[in-house]
Amino acid sequence: MSLTGKDVADRLEALHLPHNIRETMRSELSSVELSEEQLEAIVSQVEEDYRHSMVEPCEAVGVVAAQSIGEPGTQMTMRTFHYAGVAEINVTLGLPRLIEIVDARKIPSTPTMTIRLTEEYAHDRDLAREVAWAIESTSLLHLGSIATDLAEMNVIIELNPSAMEQRKITVEEVADSLREETGLAVDQKDGSLVMAPEEPSYRDLLQLVEKIKKISLKGVEGIKRVVIRKEGEEYILYTEGSSLRKVMEFEGVSPGRTKTNNINEIGEVLGIEAARNAIINEATDTLREQGLSVDVRHIMLVADIMTVDGEVKQIGRHGVSGEKASVLARAAFEVTVNHILDAAVRGDVDDLKGVTENVIVGQPIQLGTGDVKLVARR
Amino acid sequence: MTVPKRIGKIRFGLISPQEFRKMSVVKIITADTYDDDGFPIEMGLMDPRLGVIDPGLRCRSCGGRPGECPGHFGHIDLIAPVIHVGFAKLIRKLLRAICRDCSKLMLLEKDKKMYLEQIKTLERLGQPTDDLVNKVFSEARKNKTCPHCGAPQKEIKFERPLSYIEDGHKLTPSDIRDRFEKIPDDDIAVMGMNPDTARPEWMILTVLPVPPVTMRPSITLESGQRSEDDLTHKLVDIIRINQRFQENREAGAPQLIIEDLWELLQYHVTTFLDNTVSGVPPARHRSGRPLKTLSQRLKGKEGRFRGSLSGKRVNFSARTVISPDPNLSINEVGVPMDIAMELSVPMVASARNKEVVKTFVARGPDRHPGVNYVTRADGRRVKVTDKNAEEVAGQIDIGWRIDRQLADGDIVLFNRQPSLHRMSIMAHRVKVMPYKTFRLNPSVCPPYNADFDGDEMNLHVPQTEEARAEAEILMRVQENILSPRFGGPIIGGIHDYVTGSFLLTHGEKPIYHKDMMEIVKKLQPSELPEPRGYLDEKPYWTGKQVFSMILPRGLNLNFKADFCYNCDVCRGAECEHDAYVIIEDGELVRGTIDAEAVGAFKGKITDRIIKQFSPSVASEFLDRMTLLALRGIMYAGFSFGIDDEDIPREAAEQIAETTRAAREKVQQLIAAYNAGELEPLPGRTLDETLEMRIMQTLGKARDSTGKIAGRYLGLDNSGVVMAVSGARGSMLNLTQMAACVGQQSVRGERIKRGYAGRTLPHFRRGDLGAEAHGFVESSYKHGLTPTEFFFHAIGGREGLVDTAIRTSQSGYLQRRLVNALQDLEVKYDGTVKETRGMIVQFQYGEDGVDASRRDYASVDNVKRIIKNVLAKEEQI
Repeated sequence: MSLTGKDVADRLEALHLPHNIRETMRSELSSVELSEEQLEAIVSQVEEDYRHSMVEPCEAVGVVAAQSIGEPGTQMTMRTFHYAGVAEINVTLGLPRLIEIVDARKIPSTPTMTIRLTEEYAHDRDLAREVAWAIESTSLLHLGSIATDLAEMNVIIELNPSAMEQRKITVEEVADSLREETGLAVDQKDGSLVMAPEEPSYRDLLQLVEKIKKISLKGVEGIKRVVIRKEGEEYILYTEGSSLRKVMEFEGVSPGRTKTNNINEIGEVLGIEAARNAIINEATDTLREQGLSVDVRHIMLVADIMTVDGEVKQIGRHGVSGEKASVLARAAFEVTVNHILDAAVRGDVDDLKGVTENVIVGQPIQLGTGDVKLVARR
Repeated sequence: MTVPKRIGKIRFGLISPQEFRKMSVVKIITADTYDDDGFPIEMGLMDPRLGVIDPGLRCRSCGGRPGECPGHFGHIDLIAPVIHVGFAKLIRKLLRAICRDCSKLMLLEKDKKMYLEQIKTLERLGQPTDDLVNKVFSEARKNKTCPHCGAPQKEIKFERPLSYIEDGHKLTPSDIRDRFEKIPDDDIAVMGMNPDTARPEWMILTVLPVPPVTMRPSITLESGQRSEDDLTHKLVDIIRINQRFQENREAGAPQLIIEDLWELLQYHVTTFLDNTVSGVPPARHRSGRPLKTLSQRLKGKEGRFRGSLSGKRVNFSARTVISPDPNLSINEVGVPMDIAMELSVPMVASARNKEVVKTFVARGPDRHPGVNYVTRADGRRVKVTDKNAEEVAGQIDIGWRIDRQLADGDIVLFNRQPSLHRMSIMAHRVKVMPYKTFRLNPSVCPPYNADFDGDEMNLHVPQTEEARAEAEILMRVQENILSPRFGGPIIGGIHDYVTGSFLLTHGEKPIYHKDMMEIVKKLQPSELPEPRGYLDEKPYWTGKQVFSMILPRGLNLNFKADFCYNCDVCRGAECEHDAYVIIEDGELVRGTIDAEAVGAFKGKITDRIIKQFSPSVASEFLDRMTLLALRGIMYAGFSFGIDDEDIPREAAEQIAETTRAAREKVQQLIAAYNAGELEPLPGRTLDETLEMRIMQTLGKARDSTGKIAGRYLGLDNSGVVMAVSGARGSMLNLTQMAACVGQQSVRGERIKRGYAGRTLPHFRRGDLGAEAHGFVESSYKHGLTPTEFFFHAIGGREGLVDTAIRTSQSGYLQRRLVNALQDLEVKYDGTVKETRGMIVQFQYGEDGVDASRRDYASVDNVKRIIKNVLAKEEQI
């Protein structure tokens, strides 16, 4: 007597098992004939093994997670720069990157984005390049050269027509944005632009040159470079510099598949859950790149403690550790004296629930076997 | 058993002068410490009522002897109030927020009420109130006149370190104290303070606590001179100035002098509390060393909190150098006899074990396993000596406690610093041995990260039954074979064990009876397997059969070995390199055992055994594997010497040709660059492109020399055996030794630093060639040229600096992580919560699975179960 596919599916549906296990059972069992006894045997064994694999209550998962991430840190390289994926773009990797993630820095030392394109743009090199030019922040140096004429006390900008063509920008547009940014008059003289500082002084002239060099004429500010790479079937854009909110709005960019390595930016644009996932992904990638295997569960716990409050908090004195409930735990971490003085003024009460506090007062900690409140009856 | 007493809570607060006077045992008035006879002077800083430190004296307050009496506080009445430095900033905020006339918080009543409610809510939620309180202060400060009495407010300027200037006049601590005294309790609460435990005026000291002598003991130098503690020195200064101040004031000295003295008193009290306040010159010892005063005692790594409270010194511990002993089980530790005779385990005499206890005691302290101390039923301790051993043994009665010397089978904790993960402390069974070092099975080196180049390790003896039980159940080595980091085995064969297994199991070499007996001798098998075959009528076995002897029955496993060549088409079981391992029912059918099978961090076999059978079976397997592998390597014979790096002449010529070609290619690149013909890579400058191309060329050259050398170095070469089996080293190391060391780099680039325009004076300025920027063409065997040597040293130095920085950085990262996460715990309902009860995860890791047992909840395991169940049905 064999069961119908629906019976099996219903039975599996009722199980309290993680998604991936259920899915595996479904796909494995869909193609075979099996009896009720067999199904029951499988189900009970899978359930038993799953139960066996569960964490035990009172387990100090925090410490285990911290150690599992900290210990491989000793084996990581310090080499800050390396090329990940694309040879043209430098990315911070290894221990410095891991520290950066855990520090919840506002801006990472090498912000980059991986931009994937929508269906129609992704397979066409020219369209992809168009998006790239549109995103890349264009400065005058990309379009031509800047020269100073000390006799006339003015700045001459020679524009290269082919570069302008490539980046789809006209002389008028350049002149307009220069006018807007500097507030100075811009004269057009056959393909070149001429500007002069308000006061004809040598210093102002040089300052003006520096200033107009930095002006972003087109594209997203902060994105210094865009590199196109073909991966598999589709073209992917890698950028130096990051601006998720603006890039996501570009025509041709697939917002759901575009990411940045700036965790705080993700938190601001997409919300805290996205930031949590970003922490997990970034940390996992960093560790994997170094050839170190760390279970996701440990990284998840770190990501969760960093984001429980709804904002990305640093692991350390200005974040998680600095906001602990216990005065003694905070004092034992960093800035000892200030914590004690503040606690005195506030009249804080330390409930002695954490690890450090109990070690300090010399009693068993309330974790693991220390958390079992069983006393033998005499 | 009664429920053990616990400290439930600790409340922090400021101490009021009244309370302080009440708890003080003596008022200190003289700055002197000891009289000429060496006795402490009464009402002096060493008053016997403050506690005792000199042996033989008793405390006048509690009657305790030194060590028993914890010490008692005294006090100094300050002639004029002084500010407590720690609160300088808070005092400033308070002064600006309260009315200078009526001392009320300058906010409307309804605002106060609102803020107070908000503070209460935050406190209930366990959230920090700092931001809100700061808002209260800044709001209150905005008022130019008091909303309660209408008095106009004046700007209060704060000058570092401790002066408050209002309208050009300096506020004295007395003025401030007067203002603070008038602040109503309700207002204090709005400012984030608790009026019951911290009245603002208590931040201005009128009474100075004198810490007990026990926390500032004086030491007697060899010359008989007494040397006082830094705190005592500081207190002497305070008392002196206090007295002078009083005398001057009573004598009616001019205001200027009084103010000077007041300031001086403030200085001394400030430095007594904190000697690193910016703007205050640190108080110094006569020798010029800055004094270590109260806050310095608390701060930092060696401070009270991190040094003495979070980390404590313990008894019943030992430390010595470690050395290897493959004959020990991974669960054992060899303890030197000298240490075993010093350490002890308590044993309580009962009706049942009284006679056993007596025999222990009768042996005395000098015959192992003897007894060092006996504690009688009334708590008196008796040292057992050779002379009184028999006598004490006779007296032994029920309830007596003996300190029995450490003996074989006792459970101890073994630890190596840095303790980066929980496997850095594991429980072993004691095996008492001769000589002076701790012995351990080299297979447990990876979790401790130990080697035998002089490493020392610590050993701790648990003293209670509970501790021993926990150690045995949770901390035994065999319970820690699987790392919680990635769920794989962290314990396994290293170095020669891998080589030995490899040599033994590679191929189908016949092993005849005599050698067979030699190899399996240590395993002590009851019978030999069936011979694989007969050669010249002599039975022979193979290494694979020998290895199968240590595999448990019922083990089935297929995997690619570590030295798998990753051929384009894997032929699986038909692998011509013997790199595909097949184990059927505990029989190694095919393949070679190497690091992938038994090594630490990989160990497929270990992993399977522990998951299919049990940790005990796995530890048994590892024990036997170490024994067998050693026999294997001894049988095969293994050595590595300088001539193993020799390569034939034609190989050397090919290598020379390769490097020559690479150099030429670099020259061509440079020529193209100079001619402006080099095409830049997208987004790179021309210079960068050139550098990258050169690096690429030279990197390729090194790789191809390696390949050439590799062709001539086969599995008959010991170095290759080690590299290939995953025992030690890599083919890259061999390449460097035999063929070409390759490009030296600093920060991932060719070496550029040095003289102006060149790296060394041996080259022309602007030379971009390979050898001018650190390409080492020679091999280590051949020897480096002087310039190469120099570049190699540069690259090597970078590596050393890197390691030094990395250890400190990752150490701090680890400390922060542990500190942030240490309070997290899985509750009985499966959620992860921190101390406040805040839920961090609703289910641990989203599926509640323990990382070290994750394989049971894996897709593979489900498939295996289904396969097994379906297969079983078919059989019937």
